[in-house]
Amino acid sequence: MAAHLKKRVYEEFTKVVQQQQEEIATKKLRLTKPSKSAALHIDLCKATSPADALQYLLQFARKPVEAESVEGVVRILLEHYYKENDPSVRLKIASLLGLLSKTAGFSPDCIMDDAINILQNEKSHQVLAQLLDTLLAIGTKLPENQAIQMRLVDVACKHLTDTSHGVRNKCLQLLGNLGSLEKSVRKDAEGLAARDVQKIIGDYFSDQDPRVRTAAIKAMLQLHERGLKLHQTIYNQACKLLSDDYEQVRSAAVQLIWVVSQLYPERSVFSHLLSTCYVLVQEAHTPGLWTSPGPWLVRNQATQQEGSMEQVSSHFLEQTLDKKLMSDLRRKRTAHERAKELYSSGEFSSGRKWGDDAPKEEVDTGAVNLIESGACGAFVHGLEDEMYEVRIAAVEALCMLAQSSPSFAEKCLDFLVDMFNDEIEEVRLQSIHTMRKISNNITLREDQLDTVLAVLEDSSRDIREALHELLCCTNVSTKEGIHLALVELLKNLTKYPTDRDSIWKCLKFLGSRHPTLVLPLVPELLSTHPFFDTAEPDMDDPAYIAVLVLIFNAAKTCPTMPALFSDHTFRHYAYLRDSLSHLVPALRLPGRKLVSSAVSPSIISQEDPSQQFLQQSLERVYSLQHLDPQGAQELLEFTIRDLQRLGELQSELAGVADFSATYLRCQLLLIKALQEKLWNVAAPLYLKQSDLASAAAKQIMEETYKMEFMYSGVENKQVVIIHHMRLQAKALQLIVTARTTRGLDPLFGMCEKFLQEVDFFQRYFIADLPHLQDSFVDKLLDLMPRLMTSKPAEVVKILQTMLRQSAFLHLPLPEQIHKASATIIEPAGESDNPLRFTSGLVVALDVDATLEHVQDPQNTVKVQVCRVLYPDGQAQMIHPKPADFRNPGPGRHRLITQVYLSHTAWTEACQVEVRLLLAYNSSARIPKCPWMEGGEVSPQVETNIEGTIPFSKPVKVYIMPKPARR
Amino acid sequence: MPEIRVTPLGAGQDVGRSCILVSIAGKNVMLDCGMHMGFNDDRRFPDFSYITQSGRLTDFLDCVIISHFHLDHCGALPYFSEMVGYDGPIYMTHPTQAICPILLEDYRKIAVDKKGEANFFTSQMIKDCMKKVVAVHLHQTVQVDDELEIKAYYAGHVLGAAMFQIKVGSESVVYTGDYNMTPDRHLGAAWIDKCRPNLLITESTYATTIRDSKRCRERDFLKKVHETVERGGKVLIPVFALGRAQELCILLETFWERMNLKVPIYFSTGLTEKANHYYKLFIPWTNQKIRKTFVQRNMFEFKHIKAFDRAFADNPGPMVVFATPGMLHAGQSLQIFRKWAGNEKNMVIMPGYCVQGTVGHKILSGQRKLEMEGRQVLEVKMQVEYMSFSAHADAKGIMQLVGQAEPESVLLVHGEAKKMEFLKQKIEQELRVSCSMPANGETVTLPTSPSIPVGISLGLLKREMAQGLVPEAKKPRLLHGALIMKDSNFRLVSSEQALKELGLAEHQLRFTCRVHLHDTRKEQEMALRVYSHLKSVLKDHCVQHLPDGSVTVESILIQAAAPSEDPSTKVLLVSWTYQDEELGSFLTSLLKKGLPQAPS
Repeated sequence: MAAHLKKRVYEEFTKVVQQQQEEIATKKLRLTKPSKSAALHIDLCKATSPADALQYLLQFARKPVEAESVEGVVRILLEHYYKENDPSVRLKIASLLGLLSKTAGFSPDCIMDDAINILQNEKSHQVLAQLLDTLLAIGTKLPENQAIQMRLVDVACKHLTDTSHGVRNKCLQLLGNLGSLEKSVRKDAEGLAARDVQKIIGDYFSDQDPRVRTAAIKAMLQLHERGLKLHQTIYNQACKLLSDDYEQVRSAAVQLIWVVSQLYPERSVFSHLLSTCYVLVQEAHTPGLWTSPGPWLVRNQATQQEGSMEQVSSHFLEQTLDKKLMSDLRRKRTAHERAKELYSSGEFSSGRKWGDDAPKEEVDTGAVNLIESGACGAFVHGLEDEMYEVRIAAVEALCMLAQSSPSFAEKCLDFLVDMFNDEIEEVRLQSIHTMRKISNNITLREDQLDTVLAVLEDSSRDIREALHELLCCTNVSTKEGIHLALVELLKNLTKYPTDRDSIWKCLKFLGSRHPTLVLPLVPELLSTHPFFDTAEPDMDDPAYIAVLVLIFNAAKTCPTMPALFSDHTFRHYAYLRDSLSHLVPALRLPGRKLVSSAVSPSIISQEDPSQQFLQQSLERVYSLQHLDPQGAQELLEFTIRDLQRLGELQSELAGVADFSATYLRCQLLLIKALQEKLWNVAAPLYLKQSDLASAAAKQIMEETYKMEFMYSGVENKQVVIIHHMRLQAKALQLIVTARTTRGLDPLFGMCEKFLQEVDFFQRYFIADLPHLQDSFVDKLLDLMPRLMTSKPAEVVKILQTMLRQSAFLHLPLPEQIHKASATIIEPAGESDNPLRFTSGLVVALDVDATLEHVQDPQNTVKVQVCRVLYPDGQAQMIHPKPADFRNPGPGRHRLITQVYLSHTAWTEACQVEVRLLLAYNSSARIPKCPWMEGGEVSPQVETNIEGTIPFSKPVKVYIMPKPARR
Repeated sequence: MPEIRVTPLGAGQDVGRSCILVSIAGKNVMLDCGMHMGFNDDRRFPDFSYITQSGRLTDFLDCVIISHFHLDHCGALPYFSEMVGYDGPIYMTHPTQAICPILLEDYRKIAVDKKGEANFFTSQMIKDCMKKVVAVHLHQTVQVDDELEIKAYYAGHVLGAAMFQIKVGSESVVYTGDYNMTPDRHLGAAWIDKCRPNLLITESTYATTIRDSKRCRERDFLKKVHETVERGGKVLIPVFALGRAQELCILLETFWERMNLKVPIYFSTGLTEKANHYYKLFIPWTNQKIRKTFVQRNMFEFKHIKAFDRAFADNPGPMVVFATPGMLHAGQSLQIFRKWAGNEKNMVIMPGYCVQGTVGHKILSGQRKLEMEGRQVLEVKMQVEYMSFSAHADAKGIMQLVGQAEPESVLLVHGEAKKMEFLKQKIEQELRVSCSMPANGETVTLPTSPSIPVGISLGLLKREMAQGLVPEAKKPRLLHGALIMKDSNFRLVSSEQALKELGLAEHQLRFTCRVHLHDTRKEQEMALRVYSHLKSVLKDHCVQHLPDGSVTVESILIQAAAPSEDPSTKVLLVSWTYQDEELGSFLTSLLKKGLPQAPS
């Protein structure tokens, strides 16, 4: 009890103190606001000790200073600087000067003289370094002023002899940033002695302090970045630095060598490659080194025009993978070589016994070089490094090189395949991706394929899927290879049934790529027998479907294959063609000429006519204006129907067709709503019948949101039209409300809001207004002044007439448009097995979905879970983590996440509906309009969600709670 | 002439009983204290009588350093410290300190209980010996005494293996012990900074081998195991308790995890369990992957690997068993082997070298019918595989380490003479570093030229700095001062201070020279003429005409005097101090040429 009391007392006490502090703080703010410089001056004069002064300065530094008062502040600071004895205070003042000179709108040339002045009298090294930093800030602020830059360079040169490394560092930095670029200009400038900045910096490559050496190299790189051409001599200097004792120096030197060798490609390409590789071997522990020379090697390869040079370099590249093995002074073949030999001789490894890999030929002791050029095995070293970052970097470097050189790709294949067995998953994944990228250049040997396929059993889903992707685009050389791949994939399928779709897709490509290799396998795969009928396989077996997918895809380009099919295979084909049409292509089957001739040519030849048809039907709609309402409605209905059918038939045109159909539907709804009888009836009677009109308005709104956010590739032209349609819907809504509600009060607000919207519209789309001739908005804007002043009732009347009179706007079709879509793969619906969980606890529901044509899914896609059968009908929205999205291909995304469900009072088994939603926010879209181009969308705008559009079919999951254990 | 002397008592052109004596700058250090596996007699231990015939070793050795816990590096330690007698410090790393006594005890048990040897060290001796051990951390500089310091570097190889740098003043020796330059599944690669020792003593087990990527070997191993298990066969992997066993366990454990396999893996109990316990403790000594994932899960807490029970061997279905000993010569591994050998579905994988005469060696060399004790013949139908997982650096790795450390010379130990010869040649050719390979008992002497640090007084340095411009690395500069040697430290001070410190008065050394000039004028005029002449010639020196008629150039005094005998010749007295020798002699030669004729 006592303790409790004590605690309370303590709490109250602290509270009081805090309040006081706050008050003081607020007061102070108000005091200092009017004049920064004056306040600072008073503060500094008040300061009795250096510590006090430092405190004031620190406080001062926290607040920003306006551009106009900077100069005054600087003067006061300088004045105090002269008086100050304590170096720490001077240091702070110097740093403040640097900060202040960076203030936008302030030209720091006026304080430069002072800064240089105080620099000359300064003794403390730290303050000196800080002052030089300040000068650097000033110098970079005034890039045009040659004279000032010259002066600063002069000052820097003078202080280069300082004993402190910090000061020398800053001087070199200053030189690197401000050293003049053109010699001619420099000579004219005030007759100052021409300084060769490069030489000065180069002299400090041999400074005794490694930090200064690093700074010198960095300064040199800075010079290069600013466009100064570095001398050739620097190359040799930098090469010497490669054997420096300090790592930072060495890694900076590598960068410098890279830069210089870029400048002088003709100069000893060979020798610098050599030196880098040497560094790579020696310094394999720094990942940074791998990433920088990677592109370097590649570019050198590309820049070499002459054949001889190319030969040298490709030979050299291959050396980086070379590693001669020996055992007991006898040459030994690597595992790779052995595997290759076995493959080429057509034999398989017989009895594996000790000494199978026994070394054979004697090695001439004189001829063996253990470190020789150093390039040997540079990559081998990198790939075997202890740090996985280095290994990843090495794989990336390999990838870049292999993409540029097919022969190198062939060579590095073995090493990449080896990396599939790395202990770290990221490395494995990276090497699989790399392999996929270079797969155009390579054909897998059987033994390599074997190793690759072994990874299919990996428990990580990412790895398996990456591997499926890889198999989609690999070339296999033999029919045994195909068979092996199929067997392994089927094994994978039984082990991880969730991979079903991915495996089917993989087999689809495998089949279509290697029809001739699949052909001899068909009887075996279908287990047909020349004399006997075999049992019909189970059609629900995913493995059997997988085999069929492989065969049917191969059969597409191999007309002799269907002859090998048995009767039931044809039946299964028909079934699969219907149920899995994306995996099974249309085949020209002997017994079904009709079907095949109807389907297959249509795909090739009808492309143009369908485009035409689309155009024609849209053009037909443009004559809408001149038709009577009844005719217009009919026309629209027909056109919408046509477009929808077209979209179904032609997948390439589906986006366009859907998009325009949706627009036309909006127009149709609008027309229908305006045709309602209710407009002619007296006000009190509308009440019941206004349903249709208001529903139409609501639906138009929804459709317009869909049009705006669910299609990728929508351009500004379309956005205007969409917004215009929405505006019309809003007008309709206003009219309907005006008719149905009594009393004016709510109407006032609505009118106001509507007019505001019109205003917004005008502002946002001002550039597009000329295209909107004769439209609703056009007319509306004409009458705007009148509308502003009139009463709501009048406004409504005007709107009504205008809606009727307004012209139908043509929707220009965008070039590329795709509708966003999503399919939930997991959970599959219609499962009778309920997901059991203990009520009150959490159950995890795995969700796996593919998204197509969704921009920025991380921010927009949400998962909604609603319990449909449960009386409370609760809906729950879940935001998947950004990490749950994978990007397997352009325009495609994959969402793999877990949804947690929990409910306390849940007793009966019931169904839960899961669907994907697309969140949108119209204000996020607006800034993309032309007059705000370049303006970045701030993250705050994006986070608020205006609404959501469901864009996948809902899936029902059966969930059964178990009673909680007591 | 200072020198470093190295004498291998063991491991000189040989593998086993590593023991190397190093004397550096008057300090004697013993590196490793191992036993030889191949012998059971006196040759088993190093010959410590080489150090001293009588008396305790403590007086002759400053310290003993043990690189790692393998018996060929530490097996003779209790014998050396307790039976021969040594009380000085023994340095080793923490894991070595923890695991070493277990292995020694095990070794003792086999030697005494099984082979019945007498006059062997006892358990108590092992305990007493371990009490003398001082454990060191990686990269920690330990001062053995005022001058001798040692520092440990990571060496890979086995848990706790270290390389040691022994340093006295500016002379240093690096001893590698056994090391591995390529990381494996549980340990990282050896690393050393550019410490530029005078001598690098390196092992050279694989001096003539360049090895293939370890990934190929691992993959082959895993594939073989996996295939056999999938066929429903049993896999037997005979291992020694420490080192490779842990690596293979991690390899299989991660593979099982990755591939989602359910087949049981067993590890025969005993020594290994104790050792695994230490592997769990010393996580900082393992490689990056284990260190990183350790927070979620300690890799040495195996999920799939369980302790083996004798009864499990008869269980049906596939399984993988690790069993000791590694060469299949006795114990559990042999028992299991006999049970499984008859089935061709099964497999035995030998992960290391087998000594001739053991069952392991027989089956590796292809023998299919084995004669067991009791005249029965065992037919081996199971598959026999050999898979080498060695944790020593290969020739390339050794060269790499030499390149990293940049020593002045290299000394090879722990390898066969023929192989060493090759590596020696390579090191001399390619790295241009002198290399030696002494046999046991042979002494290698290396002359050194240690640099002697001299302190300079700040005042003197600043004075010199003020005089000259920037010091340039390429140009030597002259500096005047006095070198004081006092209590074995050196100081360079200005001469004034030296005099003050030594309590001596300053003496001046002056040279005086007479120059005869033929001149009839008076002395005063003469002096004036000399003054004006010198003034015109020596423009950048301070020339003064003093009121007493003498002329000074800087500190050189010139006086004109008339000798009595010949009035027409005048004598100029030129006097200068020792320091102004140069200017003084220049002046005399100038004056000897005579004065220019004055315009009359």
